[in-house]
Amino acid sequence: MCSASAAPAPALPEDADRAPALVAAVQASVANRVPIAIAGHGSKRFLGAATAGDALSTHCHAGIIDYRPSELVITARAGTPLATLARVLAAERQMLPFDPPRFGGLGTLGGAIATGLAGPSRPWLGGVRDAVLGVEIINGQGERLRFGGSVIKNVAGYDVSRLMVGARGTLGVILAASVRVVPKPATERTLALDCTAAEAGRRTAQWLRQPLPITATCFVAGTLRVRLAGHTAAVRAAAKVIAARPDAAAGGFWDSVRDHSHEFFAGAARVDRLWLPRGAVCEHGDALIEWGGGQAWLRRAVEPVAGGIAQRFRGPGGLASAPASPAVVKYQRRVKAAFDPHGLLNPGLAPSPP
Amino acid sequence: MRSRKVVKLLRAVLPADGLVTEPAAAKPFETDGLTAIRQPPWLVALPEDVGQVRRVLAICREHAVPVVTRGAGTGLSGGARPHPDGVLLVLAKLNAIKQIDVQSCTATVEPGVTNLAISDAAAPFGLYYAPDPSSQIACSIGGNVAENSGGVHCLKYGLTVHNVLGLTVQTYEGDELVLGGRALESSGYDLLAAMIGSEGMLAVVTEVVVRLLPTPPAKRVLLAAYGDVEAAAAAVSGIIAAGVVPAGLEMMDALAIRAAEDFTGAGYPKDAAAILLCEIDGGAAQLDEDARCVQDVLEAHGARSVRVAESAAEQAQLWRGRKAAFPAVGRMAPDYYCVDGTIPRARLGSVLRRIGELAEAAGLAVANVFHAGDGNLHPLILFDAGVPGQLQEAEDLGGRILALCVDAGGTITGEHGVGVEKLDQMCAQFGAGELAQFHRLKAAFDPAGLMNPGKAVPTLARCAELGGMHVHRGQLPFAHLERL
Repeated sequence: MCSASAAPAPALPEDADRAPALVAAVQASVANRVPIAIAGHGSKRFLGAATAGDALSTHCHAGIIDYRPSELVITARAGTPLATLARVLAAERQMLPFDPPRFGGLGTLGGAIATGLAGPSRPWLGGVRDAVLGVEIINGQGERLRFGGSVIKNVAGYDVSRLMVGARGTLGVILAASVRVVPKPATERTLALDCTAAEAGRRTAQWLRQPLPITATCFVAGTLRVRLAGHTAAVRAAAKVIAARPDAAAGGFWDSVRDHSHEFFAGAARVDRLWLPRGAVCEHGDALIEWGGGQAWLRRAVEPVAGGIAQRFRGPGGLASAPASPAVVKYQRRVKAAFDPHGLLNPGLAPSPP
Repeated sequence: MRSRKVVKLLRAVLPADGLVTEPAAAKPFETDGLTAIRQPPWLVALPEDVGQVRRVLAICREHAVPVVTRGAGTGLSGGARPHPDGVLLVLAKLNAIKQIDVQSCTATVEPGVTNLAISDAAAPFGLYYAPDPSSQIACSIGGNVAENSGGVHCLKYGLTVHNVLGLTVQTYEGDELVLGGRALESSGYDLLAAMIGSEGMLAVVTEVVVRLLPTPPAKRVLLAAYGDVEAAAAAVSGIIAAGVVPAGLEMMDALAIRAAEDFTGAGYPKDAAAILLCEIDGGAAQLDEDARCVQDVLEAHGARSVRVAESAAEQAQLWRGRKAAFPAVGRMAPDYYCVDGTIPRARLGSVLRRIGELAEAAGLAVANVFHAGDGNLHPLILFDAGVPGQLQEAEDLGGRILALCVDAGGTITGEHGVGVEKLDQMCAQFGAGELAQFHRLKAAFDPAGLMNPGKAVPTLARCAELGGMHVHRGQLPFAHLERL
């Protein structure tokens, strides 16, 4: 675990800088007012694709630009596969804190940022927006721009980098990003106990208020699982507090929740998600509940509840939320116009379409 | 602009003592924490609730009066410098803690609540609010949001942006936006992130929902002394590379050590060239392992001595010197100018050496006391404003140090903001395209441009006047400087 000297920088995979071609393509589209449909691997196309436009693929614009483990930051081109990032980081005993889903094994860094999806560790290690430190984008006027940087503390200018997270490419084509990474925990252990959804909610809320090394919780089909991660001794001490049985098939379980390959999701034509304040006791007994009660998945349409947000995740038409308040819609439209005045980037995917 | 009608209208919507019109009474508001910059406001409005804030904004909008929002006035970049023909909107009286929700580990507070008051209110539940800027006893959470404030524990616990879940803001046009909430995510564009660190340029914050964390069960503080600054700097990267993320990792150089020791008697080795102060926290089992690991790394990088403080009293003593370092340095010269820039940790050694060279060339002393774990430098330039030209020399040296930060792959401000202080340096950090994009984003929220006008983002004309710095990508600002 502990070594007294900094390791040399790891070898980086081959570069494939396609930025000039991508900029030229966007500029041509701007000149001709032709919309652009941006895609990486297309692994998350089920969330919905642009309704029109010339295809612009970023998946060839790949490669790690800079990675020095002692900086806890990696800078990579948008098309870099998530699997590549995971492998390079793992070699240095590091990982992406937001553990992005890799539906079907694919997915790129750019796609992870554009969709803003985070895995089971979200409440403890942070979401995509928490990790993004800087981006390079092409805006809707064909300008190649750089915001933020590769340092953790940076308050120069507005936080455009985080604005790109979850914007689904409608504010800019992401060319590259610097994201924060974290050390991989020395030990992971998953514990399980059988209970009702309400009991699971109560227990989870209790754990949240204690300084326990939890990095994931999940209730599904009458079983509550909790993942502990950190130093071996710390994990052992926490396991005594939690008092539940060891769960043998742990590693595969959390990946299956992250990537929706768990049997809960199998064959579901419609999947909704519900965001709630952490510690919330979700009343839906048929839900898969993770994030310390902060995110619930349902295989049906769900109504928003007070203090929560409901989204259709899978189903005809793709990702959709209840409309924002008229005031928020007004400013979302203006922000869109500030980056993409001609409305060319990923038409149909902006949160408040005109 | 200045009209008696506006005064009359404002008086009607504010409490009896809620509008300051007399220049003498407005005097305390003419500066924030950056005291070198002073500007008396035309009017000072002190609303007591959101309704009054909205009515003040409506009157200002109706008469095209500029509005500058101010919290506790502890900002260090002049972001709350008043506008000579504007209303200074002081939110200090909106200071209610509306809710501590133990279930969701959140606090809902008004913008004038001080940073420390949130942790104090959460303490009975075993919870606290993590970001802790050094001004936390006085600074307000609304100001923290405006500046995306940090503190000594950012490396592990993040900045304001990582710890705020929701905001209610009022735009100059009169719209109330509820962004985020108590849930971790929200749909649509992340306008919450855009708002945090926007220096009062986009809207007025009237409510903040923050995330609370469980208080760590135990802490340990290690003090390591080095005979060489670059060895201490290398140890900083070494700790991170070893897989430990300390709660705090601070560094002080010889001048800062001597100042702090003479002032506080914290027990720092006065003959050291640099000290590192490393705080780790967590459960008892983990602490032992982390402390051993950190100690090994510190010694492997040539520490002359490593002291481990286990008791709370001993830890507080070690921190006392660091926390009093700014006033301690302040005793060494009539004035000091605090610079704030961030660089990649790996460049700490070389940049510190270069700062020393620049200081020597300028004939000014510089003390370094800073957040080493974040690469967030705070060089303190000592000068005497009574000596003609010295303030300018200090500011020029500060500018050169920030250019050095940009060249090293860092940024011109880690946590103090741009305000009015660093408008010129923004021309070095960003190109014309980025600056124009910032202006368009600003206009999306404030098309009239009357919310804190003239701050945070320089006009393209200003940058052009500075000699075309960075108008073309790849052209280095301050090209005469050696590139590190």
